[in-house]
Amino acid sequence: MKKLVVAAAAFGLALGAAISASAQEKLKVGFIYVGPIGDMGWSYQHEVGRRAIEEAYKGKIDTTYLENVNEGPDAERSIEQLVRAGNKLIYTTSFGFMDATAKVAKKYPNVMFEHATGYKRDKNLATYSGRFYEGRYIQGQIAAKMSKTGTIGYIGSFPIPEVVSGINAMMLGAQSVRPDMKVKIIWVNSWYDPGKEAAAARALADQGADILTQHTDSAAAMQFANDRGILAFGQDTDMIKFGPKAQLTAIINNWSPYYVERIKLALDGKWATGDVWGGLKTNIVQMAPYTNMPDDVKKLATETQAAITAGTLHPFKCPVVNQDGQTVECKGGTHLDDGQILSMNFYIKGIDEKPPAK
Amino acid sequence: MGFVEAVLLAVIAASTPLLLAASGELIVERAGVLNLGVEGMMIVGAACGFAGAYHTGSIAFGALCGILGGMALSAVFAALTLGLAANQVASGLALTILGVGLSGLIGSGYVGQKIDGAAHLYIPYITDIPLIGRVIFGENAFVYFSVALIIGLWYFLYRTKQGLVLRAVGDNHASAHALGYPVLKIRALAVLFGGACAGLGGAYLPLAYTPFWISGMTAGRGWIALALVVFASWLPFRLMIGAYLFGGITILQLHAQAVGMGIPSQLMSALPYLATILVLVAISWWRGRAGSPAPASLGLAFVPDR
Repeated sequence: MKKLVVAAAAFGLALGAAISASAQEKLKVGFIYVGPIGDMGWSYQHEVGRRAIEEAYKGKIDTTYLENVNEGPDAERSIEQLVRAGNKLIYTTSFGFMDATAKVAKKYPNVMFEHATGYKRDKNLATYSGRFYEGRYIQGQIAAKMSKTGTIGYIGSFPIPEVVSGINAMMLGAQSVRPDMKVKIIWVNSWYDPGKEAAAARALADQGADILTQHTDSAAAMQFANDRGILAFGQDTDMIKFGPKAQLTAIINNWSPYYVERIKLALDGKWATGDVWGGLKTNIVQMAPYTNMPDDVKKLATETQAAITAGTLHPFKCPVVNQDGQTVECKGGTHLDDGQILSMNFYIKGIDEKPPAK
Repeated sequence: MGFVEAVLLAVIAASTPLLLAASGELIVERAGVLNLGVEGMMIVGAACGFAGAYHTGSIAFGALCGILGGMALSAVFAALTLGLAANQVASGLALTILGVGLSGLIGSGYVGQKIDGAAHLYIPYITDIPLIGRVIFGENAFVYFSVALIIGLWYFLYRTKQGLVLRAVGDNHASAHALGYPVLKIRALAVLFGGACAGLGGAYLPLAYTPFWISGMTAGRGWIALALVVFASWLPFRLMIGAYLFGGITILQLHAQAVGMGIPSQLMSALPYLATILVLVAISWWRGRAGSPAPASLGLAFVPDR
């Protein structure tokens, strides 16, 4: 009997050793995308990051991905599926995966998770996101310089803080150049519907907006702007191909350096939970080349970008005045703090429309 | 270009894919077959259409590829539901899932590519007439075709013998069979026609509306086309009204937002669907005594006795 137990224990040890040995050989990394990698936008940029780590750690890691995963109950099942397939580090790349990721992370304490744009963290669940509002501020300044009608057309997806803070940052940038700039906002209530995005772009142009910007994921608005002969900003990725005469610049979600760094930590056994909210400084937010604008505007944009990168300029520097004329509490000392930006649900002074979420 | 004219142009552009796809489904359902795979056929039509136009530079060839793509997928549906008498609802849903996957495969090499969209008609002076010039004389070929299609369908259903036979098959397949009409053959042709129209409606999106290819660009329009057929109570001209109404509300709610009317945008986005439900309720209430306007054999499998 005793012998048997010892044998079983030895077998167990050997098995454990075998598992850890194989795990050391190759780290399995899984990604969950909310859209198709062919969206040329949000999910595509995460896919670019996945390819970058494959390239950087050839032979050391194995990566897989699941695309088009719904943010509903499907998410949890899909994440579990990746765990069961032996993935030790799993990236869930949309805000709506937050609860599912947190739940699965609790269940599998030995698997590392990283969730994009969320705020729920755990011992084995880190979060990461981009300070896209930094790019919006620069766009606002460019728009104010370039617009003839003085009206920006803004295509919104859903009225969540990330989008609202983008609108505010853009208008703060615009007002810093031209205090009377206006914005017209259309919510399409979708991240991804090229037809509807194009229709919204058309409606905004028909109502006098001559600079379009979007917080949705397809290039439909950019292509429309190019045909119409007005200007636009790209989103997620460089859209210059769709708007060679229209694109002023684009905010590029550049996840590659972040992923490369995190995989290195995981390979060295130094991975730890935490939150990374990187902007222009850490290169998670990149600006596409400044095009279709005169040199003085290009110069202003470049200087603003340098100032934000250096930390001498903060888009939400105090005082920030809301729509009702009240000064917003300045929790970050000289600027609004991250918590205020992450939960932003008010419009700043100068935006006429009612906040959608109230 | 005046504001009203701009809005009308936008409405027509947004309604045309719905009208094309729904026209085909109307004939399919009139023949007694419920094909829920419109979304799948549309997206395959979109992928094939883009691929065709991308390689040849010809929008017409692209449209033809879209039609053939939609037809190919509908042939699968016909084989399953007519040949093997499989459940139409389940087969239709499976067709959508298959179509979405297939379109991703077909389009994988074209992601992010763009083409020059379909040309718009331009007749000197006439197209420049204010207000109506561009709306009537400045559209692309898809728009004119969709209107001609509706008129053609009406003529076919109510002014030709074949149309009468098709309606008979849809209303009572057993009687039509007893009279010697080839029920399954007629239904198969109707399903193929439906596939062709859905494929063309899908192809309109990357060929004329937003001339580039990315996955999933139909974004649920196939389901709206299905709802429109019921909305129209299976009548061609009412279908046209329904499609333009739906497109109209979609565009107007965008304008209402841009003007800043202060109505929650979620409610605005739901407006077209709310309108559809309201009209459906009104129709069924109004028609209550006259009985359901649906073809009586809709969705029922037919197996000829041997």
